[in-house]
Amino acid sequence: MELNNLDLKIWRGDAKSGELVSYRVPVREGMVVLDAVLWVQANMAADLAVRWNCKAAKCGSCSAEVQGFPRLMCKTPIADYGNQVTVRPMKAFPLIKDLVTDVSWNYEVNKEIPPFTPSEKDLTTSEPWRMQQQDVERSMEFRKCIECFLCQDVCHVLRAHDLKSAFYGPRFFVRIASLEMHPKDVLDRRPLLKGKAGLGLCNVSKCCTEVCPEHIKITDNAIIPLKERMDDVYFDPIRWLINRRKPRVKNASSG
Amino acid sequence: MDFVSATYETVETDVLVLGAGGAGLRGAIAAAEGGARVLVVCKSLLGKAHTVMAEGGVAAAMHNVAYQDSWEVHFADTMKGGKLINNWRMAELHAKESPERVLELERWGAVFDRTWQGRIHQRPFGAHTYPRLAHIGDRTGLELIRTLQDRAVHTKGVDVHMEVTAFKLLTADGRVVGALAYRRADGSLIMYRCGAVLLASGGAGKMYRVTSNSWESTGDGVALAYDVGAQLRDMEMVQFHPTGMVWPAGVRGILVTEGVRGEGGVLRNKDGERFMERYDHERMELSSRDVVARAINSEVNAGRGTPHGGAYLDITHRKPEFIKSKLPSMYEQFLKLAKVDITKEPMEVAPTLHYMMAGVRVEPETGATNVAGLYAAGELASGLHGANRLGGNSLSDLLVFGKRAGDAAAEAAKRSPKSDNTKIEPAQVDEAVAALMAPFDKPAGESPFALQAEIQDVMSAHAPIVREASGLEAGLEKIQDLRARAMVCGTGGSQTRAFNPGWHTAWDIQSMLVNAEALLRSALERKESRGAHARSDYPKTDDRLASVNFVIEKTPHGMLVKAEPIPTMPGHLAEILHRSYATYTPEATE
Repeated sequence: MELNNLDLKIWRGDAKSGELVSYRVPVREGMVVLDAVLWVQANMAADLAVRWNCKAAKCGSCSAEVQGFPRLMCKTPIADYGNQVTVRPMKAFPLIKDLVTDVSWNYEVNKEIPPFTPSEKDLTTSEPWRMQQQDVERSMEFRKCIECFLCQDVCHVLRAHDLKSAFYGPRFFVRIASLEMHPKDVLDRRPLLKGKAGLGLCNVSKCCTEVCPEHIKITDNAIIPLKERMDDVYFDPIRWLINRRKPRVKNASSG
Repeated sequence: MDFVSATYETVETDVLVLGAGGAGLRGAIAAAEGGARVLVVCKSLLGKAHTVMAEGGVAAAMHNVAYQDSWEVHFADTMKGGKLINNWRMAELHAKESPERVLELERWGAVFDRTWQGRIHQRPFGAHTYPRLAHIGDRTGLELIRTLQDRAVHTKGVDVHMEVTAFKLLTADGRVVGALAYRRADGSLIMYRCGAVLLASGGAGKMYRVTSNSWESTGDGVALAYDVGAQLRDMEMVQFHPTGMVWPAGVRGILVTEGVRGEGGVLRNKDGERFMERYDHERMELSSRDVVARAINSEVNAGRGTPHGGAYLDITHRKPEFIKSKLPSMYEQFLKLAKVDITKEPMEVAPTLHYMMAGVRVEPETGATNVAGLYAAGELASGLHGANRLGGNSLSDLLVFGKRAGDAAAEAAKRSPKSDNTKIEPAQVDEAVAALMAPFDKPAGESPFALQAEIQDVMSAHAPIVREASGLEAGLEKIQDLRARAMVCGTGGSQTRAFNPGWHTAWDIQSMLVNAEALLRSALERKESRGAHARSDYPKTDDRLASVNFVIEKTPHGMLVKAEPIPTMPGHLAEILHRSYATYTPEATE
């Protein structure tokens, strides 16, 4: 059932140059932006570069900016926009081609975060672990992350200031929170948060929370509690005095 | 353009893993722990592999919920579900080792849903006698892949090449010693040289029109293995998942987890009848997937389907909070994509091509193929699931056999000759590169996307849920015709090698055609109905074929299918199959 035609403008080009190109796409009921982009690829521009996989909002591949807003294209109905939609690649990452950006920096950051570290006792016991549902739920919220990197894209520290060398970005605060709030993890990543991760640069504007397709409360549930933990060690004046007498934090590298 | 003398970068490693889903990552970790340098090569970004689509859970007889469960019952369920043509040794290893693999994941940081005693919770699932699926809401696959991904990148010796597509396995003196690949971003070529290759690149669902699979699932691994002489097995066996979304058209085929039925969802036809009563009155909605898929198919064909040609799946009798906590991504998926609130309205569902039981023939203990230096694990390996896979057995398959194949590949790499002593015939390389680049020389060639769509139409029409000889034969003819056309296919117009999906698809369809032909030929040979393979001209199960696998080999004259007897099951395993097991009744506490 064809309802009408969509004027789909897609940014075409590479790191050197590019422009918005207009395509007329027949709209079917229930169509999402990714359907329209793939229709253009199959029928009008076979070399149109776009990432996608599951088409069910589970893999986080098809991130782009739809009418200027960072979204998963597979989850964005055309009907929300009328008969004109503009799609551009994520702005915070270097462009490879068309809608595809170089997100490899994110994978490098992940390598720097010390992984899940249980205690020696938990690691060596032959008994299966016991944990209560209410204790694992905090970590679970963060583990819903599908690594679409839309939060990284919208974060002004990365987007406007390009401070990738000094700031890990919301995705990786969520990652660190999932580890720090895992009931069996014993490592202290606060020195990392204060150091290379650059948590202090976040000014809690909550843009990341707004774009998260998994509805993770990134700012409220991950970033602010991490900031509180960090402040406890580094910015509590009484603690500061005690720390001057005996250094206490056994830790992950502060980078 | 002269690509034959193309330059390529050479990269050396011990174990080359093709594919970064559950099996590839688990294999990579195992191989690195065995002392090998490991390179994981994947077609997409890391963490996006099809494993993330697994929703319901991972099957492991940990008896956390039903104390009666044991590896024996899991073994019996798997064999019965597979209609006995499974490799019984794989089914045994899988049932025995999956609990250990799941607990190991937890120690690597995976966070499973808990029982009230704090153990890993297990949910009921189709054709599992007891609640057996360890899960995290309905996003178990994501948890599994993220845990393995983090473990792998923090394991010494593991490196990853993302968005690189392997298009040829290289052999020397009869063993696999490397692979040719190209980088998506700029189209540059890489020659990998290694001691052993672990294939773990998943299924071929994309050869069907309605599928839960992504663009990646084009059967590359099966085609690469077949090309160097590896045997394929049970190629007629592909699984239609009973419940895919049917409406709106754009989302047709997207998976609706079996977890919906596991948590109490019921199926109804347009008359409101709970029709599973007529197909399997004992197990009802939790019958095996082949049975439920055929039941929905029959209801639709009999004119009792929903407006969009499916069945209603209803879980509205459960409390909204329960649904949202146990099936959060289903709730979100229907609300967002179909504007259906599943706490208030039923879902419309129909079968969608979901999984290949079919695949490369492997040794049960090691994942070794019949070609030296080549190992396989995960969806592209055959044997464990026989004629039908039980839900939840796929994730455990990835873990158990991914590890085994990774261990074995690392050992093989140690024994294999040093790569500077192996001589790869240049003709092998030139020929493969020329084939990859051929579409660029045909600016007016057919569109690869149009050809891909035609393959999907042929397979959907000629090898559907219920098959028959004349349809399969006609399908085979069409596939051969498509093969000829694919030889002269273009890129869809563009000459760029940089991130060019048209060019990539021209390559993908070559893999799909190998899988499609193998499926049609095997399906013609299996003259009976068994598990996922149903034939209207042979509607009965033939007991004589319970001990036969169909094996495919590459010969100079093309694809050869032969019937091969399955070794007799040892007495102690056969006895397990014949026991009867107590029915599970939930305890008050759960």
